[in-house]
Amino acid sequence: MANRIIAGTRKGLFILKPEGKGWTVERAAFLGSPVPAVLHDKRDGTLYAALDLGHFGGKLHRSDDFGETWQEAAAPAYPKAEEGEGGDSLKLLWTLEAGGPGQKGMLWAGTIPGGLFVSHDRGETWALNEPLWSVPERARWFGGGYDKPGIHSVLVDPRDENRITVGVSCGGVWLTGDGGKSWEIRTKGMSAAYMPPELAGDGAIQDPHRVVQCPGKPEGYWIQHHGGIFRSTDDLGSWQDIPSMGPSIFGFAVAVHPRDPDTAWFAPAIKDEFRYPVNGKFVVTRTRDGGRTAEVLDKGLPQASSYDLVYRHGLDVDETGDVLAMGSTSGGVWTSADAGDSWTLLPDRLPPVYAVKFTTA
Amino acid sequence: MARMFFTQHLRRLVPHEPVEVAGATLREALDDLFRQLPALRSYVLDDQGRLRQHVCAFVDDERIDFSGTLDCKVGPESEIYVMQALSGGKTWPIALSPEQGKVCSS
Repeated sequence: MANRIIAGTRKGLFILKPEGKGWTVERAAFLGSPVPAVLHDKRDGTLYAALDLGHFGGKLHRSDDFGETWQEAAAPAYPKAEEGEGGDSLKLLWTLEAGGPGQKGMLWAGTIPGGLFVSHDRGETWALNEPLWSVPERARWFGGGYDKPGIHSVLVDPRDENRITVGVSCGGVWLTGDGGKSWEIRTKGMSAAYMPPELAGDGAIQDPHRVVQCPGKPEGYWIQHHGGIFRSTDDLGSWQDIPSMGPSIFGFAVAVHPRDPDTAWFAPAIKDEFRYPVNGKFVVTRTRDGGRTAEVLDKGLPQASSYDLVYRHGLDVDETGDVLAMGSTSGGVWTSADAGDSWTLLPDRLPPVYAVKFTTA
Repeated sequence: MARMFFTQHLRRLVPHEPVEVAGATLREALDDLFRQLPALRSYVLDDQGRLRQHVCAFVDDERIDFSGTLDCKVGPESEIYVMQALSGGKTWPIALSPEQGKVCSS
């Protein structure tokens, strides 16, 4: 078993392997096609790639030999509307997650426009989760960066595979305790500066850019929100605003340590109307004390004329908590073997990076 | 039978053209096409069975797009082209070489 990084980019999927002190490209697939989401299912070894083919729609491919050959599976499809009622169609397959350890072959998919889909057969068939689609608050969801709202974070709780947390841009954070039969909004404490003051606390309009859960201490969550950083230490009972984190609290990505919920990493940028590193200096911020203090990590990262933005799935930490990977909109991929203290640039220039994920092959 | 031609971006799914299809309307012609090439359906139609937003069809040079009807008439001598609309969307490689990843549709 060897470590690998799977990268989904604007023009293909890349599998990276360790080489010397850094990493290098081992294999590529779907060159030319946007790959917004990737998943290596550790339960059965299947590798999945979501494709965004623009004219021809969102697609799903899977590989049983870690990317040597691929087969097309079915993409999630929205239910047929009644005659004359229009109806929705898949715009983007934004995130793919495996079900629980005992749910072999079961997958969750978060999509635009705002759909959560489940498959019980490795993507052969999909069903829209109607209970979440039917929550009355969905009428207040809206697009965040895309025309329609979208689900980008699906967290299957390591304590209970029927307890699932979903992040929606823009539509808040939702929790089910019964495998998706019913949903509750969990946004207490969040606030949105992009709304009129009276509506800033409305849960159904919150824009959590990315939600992560600490696997070893699953009551601990972090959010990189459109308006800042939030943390929950009470199993989503409430969120605490983290008012300061290095040069900026704006960004898209967040990663949490696999065992220590007080440790998290962020990739900050000037807030929403600009979206590039403050003063062109590309840094990662880290907290090891639950957000009370921040460390600014810049060793090995470009400190002048850097306009790299890290998308919401573009930062990951491995199971040790020491190894990190980060990909940017400029096609740079950096890795760290010391929890972010220093970074090494991948020598290969990749297309703009949508997602990086650690796995073992 | 009407004959169908396709943008070369769909060459992987339509290895040989024209494809001969039966039907008195574009909808019927597409139904026959998808009977012959089922994997093509989701590339041409969206989840609601409409032409995709960035796909258009030409029936004997008449353009039908996302907002149009699939009920336009098709004759036995008709030529139907399915093209990507240049209104948006992203590029997609015409064919994936072995170096680019061995892709096959099941």
